Amino acid sequence: MNKDMKKHGPKIEKGTIGRLLKYITKNHKKKFIFVIICIILSSVANVLGSLFLQTLIDDYITPLLGVQNPVYTGLLKAIGVMGLIYLVGIITAYVYNRVMAIISQNVLKDIRDEMFIKMQALPIRYFDTHTHGDIMSHYTNDTDTLRQMISNSLPQFVSSAITIISVFCSMIYLAPILTVFVILFSIITIIVTRLIGSKSAKYFINQQYSLGRVNGFIEEMISGQKVVKVFTHEEKAKQDFDILNEQLNDDMFKANRYVNILMPIANNLGNLSYVLVAIFGCLLSFNGIITLTPGTLVAFLQLTKSFNHPINQISNQLNSVIMALAGASRIFKMMDEEPEHDEGYVTLVNVKKENGKLIETDEKTNLWAWKHPHHDGTLDYVELKGHIELHEVDFGYVPEKTVLYDISLYAKPGQKIAFVGATGAGKTTITNLINRFYDIEDGKIRYDGININKIKKDSLRKSLGIVLQDTYLFTGTIKDNIKYGCDNATDEQVIEAAKLANAHNFIEMLPNGYDTMLTANGAQLSQGQRQLLAIARVAINNPPVMILDEATSSIDTRTEKIVQDGMDKLMEGRTVLVIAHRLSTIRNSKAIMVLEKGRIIERGNHEELIQQKGKYYQLYTGAFELE
Amino acid sequence: MIKELAKSVREYKKYAILTPICVAIEVVLEILIPLLMAELVDFGIYAGDMNIVYKVGLQLILYAIFSLMFGALSGWFAAKASSGFAKNLRQDLYYKVQNFSFYNIDRFSTASLVTRLTTDVSNVQRSFQMITRIAVRAPLMAIVALISALRINVKLSLVFLILIPIIGLGLFLIIRKAHPIMKKVFKTYDKLNNVVEENVSAIRVVKSFVLEDEEIEKFENVSDDIYQNFIKAEKLLAANMPLMQFAIYLCIILISWFGAHIIVESNMSILTTGQLMTLFTYSIQILSSLMMVSMVLVMITISKSSAERIVEVLQEIPDISNPEKPITEIKDGSIEFNNVSFSYIKDESKECLKNINLNIKSGETIGIIGGTGSGKSSLVNLIPRLYDVTQGTLKVSGINVKDYDIKSLRNAVSCVLQKNVLFTGTIKDNIRWGDQNATDEEIIHVCKLAQADEFISTFPDKYDTFIEEGGTNVSGGQKQRLCIARALLKKPKILILDDSTSAVDTKTDKLIQTAFKEQIPDTTKIIISQRISSVEHADKIIVMDNGNISAIGTHDELLKQSNIYREVYDSQVKGSDTNE
Repeated sequence: MNKDMKKHGPKIEKGTIGRLLKYITKNHKKKFIFVIICIILSSVANVLGSLFLQTLIDDYITPLLGVQNPVYTGLLKAIGVMGLIYLVGIITAYVYNRVMAIISQNVLKDIRDEMFIKMQALPIRYFDTHTHGDIMSHYTNDTDTLRQMISNSLPQFVSSAITIISVFCSMIYLAPILTVFVILFSIITIIVTRLIGSKSAKYFINQQYSLGRVNGFIEEMISGQKVVKVFTHEEKAKQDFDILNEQLNDDMFKANRYVNILMPIANNLGNLSYVLVAIFGCLLSFNGIITLTPGTLVAFLQLTKSFNHPINQISNQLNSVIMALAGASRIFKMMDEEPEHDEGYVTLVNVKKENGKLIETDEKTNLWAWKHPHHDGTLDYVELKGHIELHEVDFGYVPEKTVLYDISLYAKPGQKIAFVGATGAGKTTITNLINRFYDIEDGKIRYDGININKIKKDSLRKSLGIVLQDTYLFTGTIKDNIKYGCDNATDEQVIEAAKLANAHNFIEMLPNGYDTMLTANGAQLSQGQRQLLAIARVAINNPPVMILDEATSSIDTRTEKIVQDGMDKLMEGRTVLVIAHRLSTIRNSKAIMVLEKGRIIERGNHEELIQQKGKYYQLYTGAFELE
Repeated sequence: MIKELAKSVREYKKYAILTPICVAIEVVLEILIPLLMAELVDFGIYAGDMNIVYKVGLQLILYAIFSLMFGALSGWFAAKASSGFAKNLRQDLYYKVQNFSFYNIDRFSTASLVTRLTTDVSNVQRSFQMITRIAVRAPLMAIVALISALRINVKLSLVFLILIPIIGLGLFLIIRKAHPIMKKVFKTYDKLNNVVEENVSAIRVVKSFVLEDEEIEKFENVSDDIYQNFIKAEKLLAANMPLMQFAIYLCIILISWFGAHIIVESNMSILTTGQLMTLFTYSIQILSSLMMVSMVLVMITISKSSAERIVEVLQEIPDISNPEKPITEIKDGSIEFNNVSFSYIKDESKECLKNINLNIKSGETIGIIGGTGSGKSSLVNLIPRLYDVTQGTLKVSGINVKDYDIKSLRNAVSCVLQKNVLFTGTIKDNIRWGDQNATDEEIIHVCKLAQADEFISTFPDKYDTFIEEGGTNVSGGQKQRLCIARALLKKPKILILDDSTSAVDTKTDKLIQTAFKEQIPDTTKIIISQRISSVEHADKIIVMDNGNISAIGTHDELLKQSNIYREVYDSQVKGSDTNE
């Protein structure tokens, strides 16, 4: 459940209903109209059924009473007609249920797919500022309530409304005064149920909050269960749990009791109105105020039932409809988020060299160039080399809080540049800017002399290989994961990449080798092994520029040495930007940037920095703690 | 399974029984209303007798009010019973997990345990409420209505007797066909959620490999799968309602036809028009009850798998328990491994420790070094009996660890785990985990030992600083030092640090080592580390490789004897030596 919900109850944006309806009418207009017609027919058939009782009693039973040799042909005819009407009712009900199921599943699929497509286009900022749980809940909770509404509540709403109208007309036709009575009673019922409903809504928010607290506690304690055991803290853990659990019990009871009594109360108020109509009807008719045949009264009573039923249904569904609309609002809100802008027009293409000139080609040449169209219509090809330059870059994740100040640096093709500094110094932020996960505020970043704002994001990111501290592997085989960025890679290329990253050996040891299925982010592998796969995944893409963000931090030093060898091979001839925790891995960098609070405070190669005896020297000799 | 779950009803049994009783009363009253109504119609309306109308009318009003009361009461009791049941169930599960050994926890995995305690409990609770109310109400309604109908007219009631099994069969067939499809849909939903989850957490990878379109395709495939299956199921279920209507309408028509004959031929003596109306009401009540029963069945089968998952936890036998006559006193910190082998999954072919023999004297400092997966953590986890050895014996202070009282053993053997956690609460609360009754002075003392006092003092709230969930508001090195302090507060005989100073800088690390040597000389200290500098001054260093002890000795001895040790040493120390 969304956080907003705990505090303010469901929130529905304006226009949500219209937008939802648009999904239905956009592609399924004809079907939807057809459904409505079927619903009308089926409701009318239902109402005619109730009216039939009057005809049955007044026209076919009462006249025959006391008659010798009664003739039933009239009755037979009437029943035959009724049977036909019922048949229409049944068929239309089946048709609309079926068609509606198709429509609702279509709409849900449309929404689901659109949501995912929109999500993929959202900038990293969105993912950094929303918890994963919140984003996930759009696909689970919100879509779920929406499904309930579209496939159940919506047709029920329409059919209830139509039933109410047609029953109302019939009642007016049979006995106007009694109808007024029924309406008055219905209003009372609605008021009572709304009253209870609003009470329960209040407690439901409490319940949701308590449930969140208990579940949060369970999650924290079970995740830390091993620590609990080590400290023999079980008894205390039980006590703390009991307090929260008791509170939840209390809130849950309070919330549910109102929901639970709603149905019986509404139901029996219906019964009560049924009885009162009978008495009231008799009273009026006996006193001659109105004339009512017994058949009419009986039919009217039946109608009273038919009238109360859909009203109860609507008030029952109302809560779920409100919940669903709130869910839809949240889904639409995500869909309306500003997608990642890409005004770039410089693209990456394969080229071949002919007479020293670069010619674009469809062949896989392993030679790449930036295709740079100019305003005057001319084209320019710049060879992809991997020259990165930052010029006086300022940046802040939120406008008022700058986290990088005046960063200038360059990495020539094939150079290794390292970033060192405490957590929050801005190391990762710099790499976030180069691949344009975030856009800089001030200054310039140039890639092979081209302003990266002009480069299409796809092309830019394809030319950068990135290994992150937290490895993410996808459900699929090890092979799938290695060729993640390179779908058409051959098995040989996969193995080659794995060998380069020194992952080949452990993969061979696995029962199914390269075809071993990975689930849940590769939980069956050690952190180090996952990291090796992530490195192999980059290796296969053969990018000219690599960004290694704490890529080896979770590997033990002995394995790191093995990985480092592979990485050194991988880094050969490439521009590498590396963020490292262990200084031993970056000693051979062309230049090391020491960052503090968003500024480069020292720069130079290892020997120079050691001689400076500054921050780097302190870090290196262990006098100062990182993180 | 139900028996196991029913144990959790306990003090709410009263409400769990009262609920169906109230439901039953409500049902009987609701059936009586149409019956009385017939009387009102026949003797009041047709006979034109206002007295009867008043008399019967009053009765009817009373019935409706009572029915309302009992209905409301049943709802009230059901809420009480179901939330109470959920509370107890959650408590039983939680208490059970507290008794789990590491082996049990690993077997279920943390994430699955959390699901079982949260989502699954909610599902079962919903079914419980359903069973106590609707599962009682619907069949009872059908039965009582049928009996009343039979009492009105046996011949006409035959219509019901014939139609009920037919409809029941129809509903049953639809559900039996649709249910497996629905199950598949829910499975596919898990797949869909998995794709989304992966994409949300790995969005940086997706974007940097420019694979948005491929991921969308992946998603749409699963999404389409759901769509196809859902349509299949819904098409089947779409027949439910029309089938019901068909049955109700057929009843009305048959009853009208035969009823009219009976009324006319008997001249209202066997069947009256009022009773005819009652039969119509009953036909709706009986058949819609059948529909309810089928719905309840579906709901229950859906929550069945949740119930099964819960029962699995409840029935899991904790794999480590106290011996019959537990020894509570641990005299010293000596440790002895005799031919110890160990496997996490109790499978001899997958042993991660093989035939370990090791003697550690009380008060010694032991360093352990080795690559990932070499068995370092497994080795030390056996000492506080977090896992049981698969083969061989392990003695602490000369007595097999299996003979000790677990609580006493774990209090004497303090272990700082590799994957360590701080809990929501203040720093003081967290340190107190080591000893509930520790004084502030004692807390400050252990924090000084662990070199944590210094940075704690720089926080504005000092020892009352609030730690967020997972300890995200302190740095890695600070977190590790807090965890060490927490372990020290137990005043252990044996202290185990499983890679617990990896984020602490070398200078502070050295200070901690010195403090240990000076302040707790009698405590056996076992230190696992990736860093040579953390272990080089130990009395003995154990080099682990692939589940075996590859070498034991002092720093200098190992440099000469062990290739692995030298390799690690070279990779770490060589560089800085030349520059220092």
